[in-house]
This record gives sequence, structure tokens and C-alpha cells, in this order.
Amino acid sequence: MDTFIQTFFNIDIMMQAFPLLMKGAVMTLKLCAVVILCGLTGGLMLALAALSPRRFLRWSAIGFIDLFRALPPLVLLVFVYSGLPFAGIRLAPFWAVVIAFFLNNSAYFAEVFRAGINAVPKGQTEAARATGLSGPQTLIHVVLPQAIRNVLPDLLSNTVEVVKLTSLASVVSLSELLYNANMARSVTYNSSPLVLAAGMYLVLLWPLVRVVSRYQRGLSSSH
Amino acid sequence: MRFLETFFNGQVILNYLPDLVHAMGVTLGLAAATIVTGILCGAALACLRVAGLKVVNFFIIVFADIMRALPPLVLIMILFFGMSSLGLNLSGWTVIYIVLSLVLAAFSEEIFWGGLTSIPAGQWEAGRATGLSRAQTLFHITFPQAARRGIPPLVNRVLATTKLTALGSVIGVKEILSVSSSAQSFSGSATPLTMAAIAYLIIFIPAVILSHWIERRYHFAT
Amino acid sequence: MTKPRTMLEIAGLEKSFGEVQVLKSIDLKVQEGELVFVIGPSGSGKSTMLRCCNRLEEPTSGSIFIDGQRITDIPHRDLDRMRLKVGMVFQGFNLYPQMSVLKNVMLAQVKALKRSKAEAEARALEMLDQVGLKHKAGAMPAELSGGQQQRVAIARALALDPQVMLFDEPTSALDPELVGSVLKVMKGLREKGMTMLVVSHEMQFAREAADRVVFMDQGYVAEQGTPEEIFGAPKSERLKTFLSRVSHGDVEAEAD
Repeated sequence: MDTFIQTFFNIDIMMQAFPLLMKGAVMTLKLCAVVILCGLTGGLMLALAALSPRRFLRWSAIGFIDLFRALPPLVLLVFVYSGLPFAGIRLAPFWAVVIAFFLNNSAYFAEVFRAGINAVPKGQTEAARATGLSGPQTLIHVVLPQAIRNVLPDLLSNTVEVVKLTSLASVVSLSELLYNANMARSVTYNSSPLVLAAGMYLVLLWPLVRVVSRYQRGLSSSH
Repeated sequence: MRFLETFFNGQVILNYLPDLVHAMGVTLGLAAATIVTGILCGAALACLRVAGLKVVNFFIIVFADIMRALPPLVLIMILFFGMSSLGLNLSGWTVIYIVLSLVLAAFSEEIFWGGLTSIPAGQWEAGRATGLSRAQTLFHITFPQAARRGIPPLVNRVLATTKLTALGSVIGVKEILSVSSSAQSFSGSATPLTMAAIAYLIIFIPAVILSHWIERRYHFAT
Repeated sequence: MTKPRTMLEIAGLEKSFGEVQVLKSIDLKVQEGELVFVIGPSGSGKSTMLRCCNRLEEPTSGSIFIDGQRITDIPHRDLDRMRLKVGMVFQGFNLYPQMSVLKNVMLAQVKALKRSKAEAEARALEMLDQVGLKHKAGAMPAELSGGQQQRVAIARALALDPQVMLFDEPTSALDPELVGSVLKVMKGLREKGMTMLVVSHEMQFAREAADRVVFMDQGYVAEQGTPEEIFGAPKSERLKTFLSRVSHGDVEAEAD
């Protein structure tokens, strides 16, 4: 029992590692902000393209979505970070992560948006168009607000996934939370910094996970 | 031409193809083991939660929350490095199998439980009123309906979790990504990475298409 | 002539949900082969009383006897066996959507009564025939009309050979043109001598088919008697008010 506590919950080591981990956490948050914003924007664009009446646009968007849903994000990351330099494109770890996750996240967010838009009844568009709103106006004022409300829990749970995903950046030596924690582990020969990092992820994500659960329960009990 | 040479070098492909095919087997095996364990454990936990034992339910909820909130890579590192310093050397394969199974169990427990709570009370009552026990009602009537409702999100979650087998590369499991990464550094060519991407596409594109099909089918069925 | 057997007896039944006392002391007897109709405004506790009779609701106090056996104090593990003796038909049918009509009627026979598959199937088909739906045995519930679903639900309950049948507003979720088919099945059951306790707003049917009508109000049995007595010569003011409102078509507003 004692060795267990010494290995995983060594308070002294945690205190030592704390400043380094906080620095990592700040990087994680920065990364999240950029990646989530890119993912949401890209996802919305892709979803609209995937629902476009123009066949070429529609099929390229669907192809893009399926391609990047099928590739593990870590594979994308390694490809962007270690593969692209062979073609003369050398990226800083931060931007490699942003690009790789943009490809992955926008595909996932696009699926969510698409489901949300599909769930808005046709009559809504028809009513809006009949009252003289243009196509884009109908989309912005009538369809999207309802679509987003439809899939809010999914958007939120997808966002949780994105935050978790940023831990993969440690693989390409970006000094975010997990990377710094693992560094502290290898210096101290002790796993407590990893446990501390886990605690920090929990502080950030547990409330969100609770909200998602509550939300889904609320929706399901209402019908 | 230089692009082809870099990403589709024929000689490199031939050299590493056998290794990669073997690695695909490892990935598939790991994925299959994870799926079976994760879904069965998730279903068992959801059914256990029906019994309504306060303490048990509290632990199930905490377990599901933690496993859904923590990045799997953090869990993998804690288990892999922490256990070895406790003198318990788990192989990389075992660590990935345990962590991904736990994660999938947590998500599928939530999916099944969400399904169970959305089953109308009348279904339980009809079962009980015809003399079936709680367990029989759960097993024959409500759980099958909950599972059916849960299929689309479950398929998506299974896809997401099995793709995480690529994390095995971080702790030396000889799956697709780690085999191709080391091939890339040995050969000094990006081609093995392209091969890895293609290998994953061969495995997962059919799965993605299947998930679309299932989503459409169950969307209209309910 | 032998004295008729009391199939269902409710004595001093009380039921509270938290602070709210829904049933305030109910006494009621149903003889073998009798069809007893329970009417009353919504919120009068009719459904709650019915649901206490197979302990889908737990009574707060009082006793209920089925065929002389007190069911209010049997332990939980024996509830399933007791429920086999009491058939119940719900307002919302509650057919199992993932099983065919035949499987719906077979399930409890096989799992709770431990009948063989072949026996259960034969019995299921017989019961489906009785409710006029033998040709739908292979259909899924979603393919049936509401009236057909409710008849399957009746067959599902009957297949377990219950001694008493409880009907909880069996027709109030149905379109008007489908009500008749369900009532016809219930009439047929009465002719076969089934003991039935029915909560319903179908006053015309009560007039024609009931042996006795019970008027419940505010958690009490306020008045009971033959249909002629209840509908022809109501004694209490409350019953008079209720009947006049029902005859003016307010029953729909009452039902919810």
C-alpha cells in the first residue's frame, strides 16, 4: 500500500512538478482554443458543403469527412509532423498539431452539424423562403439556430473529445500538459506527475462530462 | 515524380509490406479484443445500475465519468510506467487492451443506460404485470430495446476507440503506426507512413461506411 | 345454488404519494364472472386502485385478496407468481416493439409460466384467434392499428390464464372508430365468464355490459350499484354532476 502511494501519490514530487505542469496546462488550453475554433469553423463549412445541391461539392465534402474519420488522429499527426518534411514542408510542432487535428476535428464536427441541420423540418426552410428571406438568411436566422440547439450535447461531447485529443501532441514533443508531466516522470522516476496531470484534466473535463450526461438524460426523458 | 518517389517508393513498399500486414493483424486483434470486452462490461454495468443499489451506482457513475473525461494516453502512461515501478511489468499490448476496454466500457455503459432510461415505464410494467421477474423483464424486453436505440452512438464510439489502438505506438506495441514509424526512420523515406495511412483506410473506411448505413437504418426504424 | 365466489376483494385500501393521499379507504368486492366498471373524474384514484391490485403500485395500507389469497403481504420474490393470476391491460398497450405479435404473447408463457415453446405457441394462436387477430401473428406491433395492438395486449394477458382481468382505460388512447373492436372482445370475455375490473370512460358500454358500476371520487368509492341505479337514479350530487358533464362530452377534458 505504501509503495503504491509513493508511486502514484507522492505529494512532494507533485509539488515540485506543479509549476511545470501548470505551464503545460496553459499550452494545452492555448492549443484547445485554436483547435476547437478551427474545428468548429471547418466543420460547419464542410457540413454545408455536404448538404449542397451541387453534386461535385457534396461528394468531395463527404469524401473528405469519411477519409479523415477513418484515419486515427495520431496517424495524421505523425504523417504531418514526420512525413511532410520529406516533401520539404517542415512545421513547428504546434502547427503540425493544429493542422492534423483540424483535418480530424472538422470531419467530426461536420457530422454533428450535418445531423443537426437534417433534423430541422423542411417546413422551416419553406416558411422562411416564403416570407422572402434569401437562402443565406434562411440558413443563418432560421435553420442554424435550430440545428445547433438540436445537437448542443453532441457539440459539447465532441469538444471534450478534442481537449482529450490534444494530449497526443506530447508525441511530437509539444510541451503541453501530458508532455511536461511525462518529462517530470522521467526525471523523478516516479509516476505521481502523471497522476497530477490526470487530476488537472479531470478538473477541466469532469464538469463538461457531467453536463453532457445531464443533457442527454434530459433529452431522452422528455420523449 | 519526386512526390511519388517520396511517398510511394516501390522498393520500400515491397520491403516493408510483410511487416505491415503482420502489424495490421495486431491492430485488428487488439481492436477485436477491446470491442468485445468493452461492450460486454458496459452492458453489464448498465444492467447492474438498474438494480438501483445506491453505493454501487455511485461507483459506476464515477468510473464512467473518469474514463470519459481522461485522455486515454494519460491512463496508458500511468498504467505502463506506474505499474512497472510497482514491479508489475505489463506488456504494451496488455496496457492498451486494458485502457481501451475500460474507456469503451464507460462510454457503452452510458449509452446503454441512456437507452434504458428512455424506455417507457409501460414496457417494464407490461413485463412485470405478466409475471416476468425484474431480471427477465430487463433481459428480454427493456435491454434489447435499449441496445437497439444505442446502436448508432455505439458504432461511432467503437470506431473512435479502435482508432486509439494507434496509441500503442507510444509504448512499443507492434501495431500499424509503430511498425511504419520505425520503418520510416530505418528507410529514410516517408513511404511507410503512406502505407500506414492506407492500411488504416483499408480497415476503417468500410467501418465508416457501415456506420453511415446503420445510422440511416436505425434513424428511420425508430 | 352455491354462493358466488369472491375473486377480488379490496379492503380499507389507502395509497399516498408523498404528502398526497390518492386513495383514502377503498372497499370493493368483485364476484367470479362479474364485470365491474369503475368510473369517476380524473384524479379520483381509479387507475391507482387498479394498479394496486397487482402491486404495480405498493398500497400504503389495507388489504387486497385475489381468490381468497391476501396479496398485499406476500414477499417481493413471490410477486411474479401472483401477477400471473391477474391479467392487466394498459391504456398505452405496451406491446414489446422488437418482437412479433406471436412472440409478444408467448414470452411470459415461456419465461414465467415455463410452458414449452410449442405449447405456448398453440396457446398464443388460440388467444389471438379469440381476439380476431390470428392472421397477424407474424406482424410487428408497429404494423398494427391501435385497436389491433390493444387486442394483442388482451391476448397476451389472457394467454397466462388469469383469474381476474384488470383494464386500465383500455380504449382511451384509441381513435373512436377503433374502440368498438376492443369492446367487442371484452364483451366476448364476459360471456365466457371472465372476472373483470374495468376503469374506463365508455359509459355506453358500461350501461350495456357491466354487472355493477362503481363511482369513485376523491379517493373514495362514493356510490355503487347496477348500471340502471347508477345511470338512471344517481343519489349523490357529485355523481349527478359527473354524469351530466360526461353526457355533455366533457369526458375528454376529464380523461387527461
